[in-house]
Amino acid sequence: MKFLNFFIILILTLNLNISKAKADVYSIENKITKNIRCLICQGQSIYDSDSEFAISLKLVVQNKIKQGFTEKQIYDFLSNKYGEWILYDPSFNKNTYFLWLLPLLIFLIGGAIIINKLKIKK
Amino acid sequence: MNIKILPTILILFFCLIFLIFYKGLKNSNIYTPQSYLEIDVPVFVLKSFKKEDEINSKDIFKHDQFYLLNIWASWCVPCRAEHEFLMMLNNNKKIKIIGLNYKDKFDNAKNFIEEMGNPYFINLIDKNGTAAIDWGAYGVPESFLIYQNKVIKKYLGPLNDKSYFEIEEIIK
Repeated sequence: MKFLNFFIILILTLNLNISKAKADVYSIENKITKNIRCLICQGQSIYDSDSEFAISLKLVVQNKIKQGFTEKQIYDFLSNKYGEWILYDPSFNKNTYFLWLLPLLIFLIGGAIIINKLKIKK
Repeated sequence: MNIKILPTILILFFCLIFLIFYKGLKNSNIYTPQSYLEIDVPVFVLKSFKKEDEINSKDIFKHDQFYLLNIWASWCVPCRAEHEFLMMLNNNKKIKIIGLNYKDKFDNAKNFIEEMGNPYFINLIDKNGTAAIDWGAYGVPESFLIYQNKVIKKYLGPLNDKSYFEIEEIIK
């Protein structure tokens, strides 16, 4: 039993280390660069890409963070220059209502179908 | 009654999805950034070819003059093709061509200009490509026609006959 306790504590402490390491890896810079689309190699984020454009853009993001820009300000800056499409995560506006609300709509329709079926069975 | 409504909704729904895919799959997937025109010229401080000290964008762009900012590099093949049009444009006194040398080796860039001629009024150096991003560019070559401190026209890719005459027409 003592051995088991020791083991559990050991595993827990190791786990804590992992979560801390992860927090470092997922720094704000990585989070932002993963959300920016590389326009040269479309389908990749600039985090994944090593094209000239992506390298420069990573540098720009680094500089902006150093200058104290927030995540949102950086996104605004880039979508001003290149259009909304450069962001992987589309913002919620009148062009994207359909995109964001469609899953909800499908969920509701599915729910309606199930309720209907249950009623019929009764 | 309920049972009849449901299949019609489903059929309509699938028709809608079919239509979306039918239209969507035919569209090209290659995206070119929206060109926001009438935007202000970005403010920058860059080194130029001639002088060691840095040049501020405010000192370059005068109000009543046309400028063409051309992003180029000696390693870029289409830049070679477009160079003759820049040389032709340079004959027109109404426009000044400003070069932005993108991620290039200084010696190579110098050789390029010596070999092909120098149409540039000022040549700015963008060593790490960050200045080009301020302009909203994502490749070389790209050109921006500027008047009254605003970008009035943007050309992706090399200039050609058509864009050359268009520029001549605009600055007339």
